[in-house]
Amino acid sequence: MYGNDFGPSANEGEDVRPIDDAAAQVRFDALLADDERIEPRDWMPAGYRKTLIRQIAQHAHSEIIGMQPEGNWITRAPSLRRKAILLAKVQDEAGHGLYLYSAAETLGAERDELTEMLITGRQRYSSIFNYPAVTWADVGAIGWLVDGAAIVNQVPICRCSYGPYARAMIRICKEESFHQRQGFELLLTLSRGTDHQRTMLQDAVDRWWWPSLMMFGPPDDASPNTAQSMAWGIKRHTNDELRQRFVDMTVPQADVLGVSLPDPDLELVDDHWRHGPIDWDEFNAVLRGEGACNRQRIEHRTTAHTDGAWVRDAAAAYAEKHQRAAA
Amino acid sequence: MSTSWPLWEVFIRPRRGLSHTHVGSVHAPDAAFAVRNARDLYTRRNEGVSIWVVPSAQITASSPDERDEFFDPAADKVYRHPTFYELPEEVRHL
Repeated sequence: MYGNDFGPSANEGEDVRPIDDAAAQVRFDALLADDERIEPRDWMPAGYRKTLIRQIAQHAHSEIIGMQPEGNWITRAPSLRRKAILLAKVQDEAGHGLYLYSAAETLGAERDELTEMLITGRQRYSSIFNYPAVTWADVGAIGWLVDGAAIVNQVPICRCSYGPYARAMIRICKEESFHQRQGFELLLTLSRGTDHQRTMLQDAVDRWWWPSLMMFGPPDDASPNTAQSMAWGIKRHTNDELRQRFVDMTVPQADVLGVSLPDPDLELVDDHWRHGPIDWDEFNAVLRGEGACNRQRIEHRTTAHTDGAWVRDAAAAYAEKHQRAAA
Repeated sequence: MSTSWPLWEVFIRPRRGLSHTHVGSVHAPDAAFAVRNARDLYTRRNEGVSIWVVPSAQITASSPDERDEFFDPAADKVYRHPTFYELPEEVRHL
């Protein structure tokens, strides 16, 4: 999507004039140096292609799996207004997953293969979605903190060197800002409610704060691929830079909600809110599949895929029948 | 296991008076489904008043590695632009 450049890529295909890899590399480097975009059929280093497919696929899977924690609450939303909002948000996540799968497909990945990789655990999704949404306040906390962190992560990708990914991200970021605002507004409503509602709000923030900080990935000194991704223009800022940006934005917002953040070490130093140590053991455990919902998320996705097979087959058979009739 | 649905390119007219613009792609078994899928995916916020879908496989494109020479004939014809021509300052409406 987002501008398949049609035909075989410059890396492959016999009908394309073979080009010298060294010359192609020079051209690729020059495009990056000029902050130009790489488009689907341009020559690109194998590692660039592989890194992008992995990252875009993981991003797409996160959108798709990300429908589940909140999707659980659609039938239990406390009002028609909240229900309509939540439904629209979850539909957006589905849409974002599809934009991103299409972007991955421009690099030669197949849609079915990507679904298969998710279901069989060969490709990952963001570990944040392995935490459960146990109360209604979690829906707000996910919007405020999880979508807030996602936006901080995603805005720089709008300038990613790979054109289709950047274009998908521009669209996603535009749509995503309502996600964060509805979450904050939901929490603000709770903060003005009963004591019980305020307790529920604080409890949700206590549980989602640290996992949200983990969404930015390992600290810079434990993130070996960052330098290469930055050189390729896939990544524009380091994990720690983005995490700091998020913390600086979010701490004053917590004051408005009247909640405390569960970090006794949080303090303002040189105009930046410095957070305490992150429990990376927890992060790694969830990545290994030991989170509260890892198994449930994949089982649910697998069931949806399997249960939908007859619909896909029927639609394909119908299309084939009509094509035959027309021929 | 199902066979995968073909890919369609989606073009949307944002409002009357504007031409259709490429916005992305969808998978669909046939053209009618492609239009519906495109509506659900690309016009959730009133982004369009009209949709075209085209099978991706039907599009012919220029080759990426000959782009320079292919577009070269236009590169040295600056006289096709009005700014190429120098006129005295007092000349108006030209």
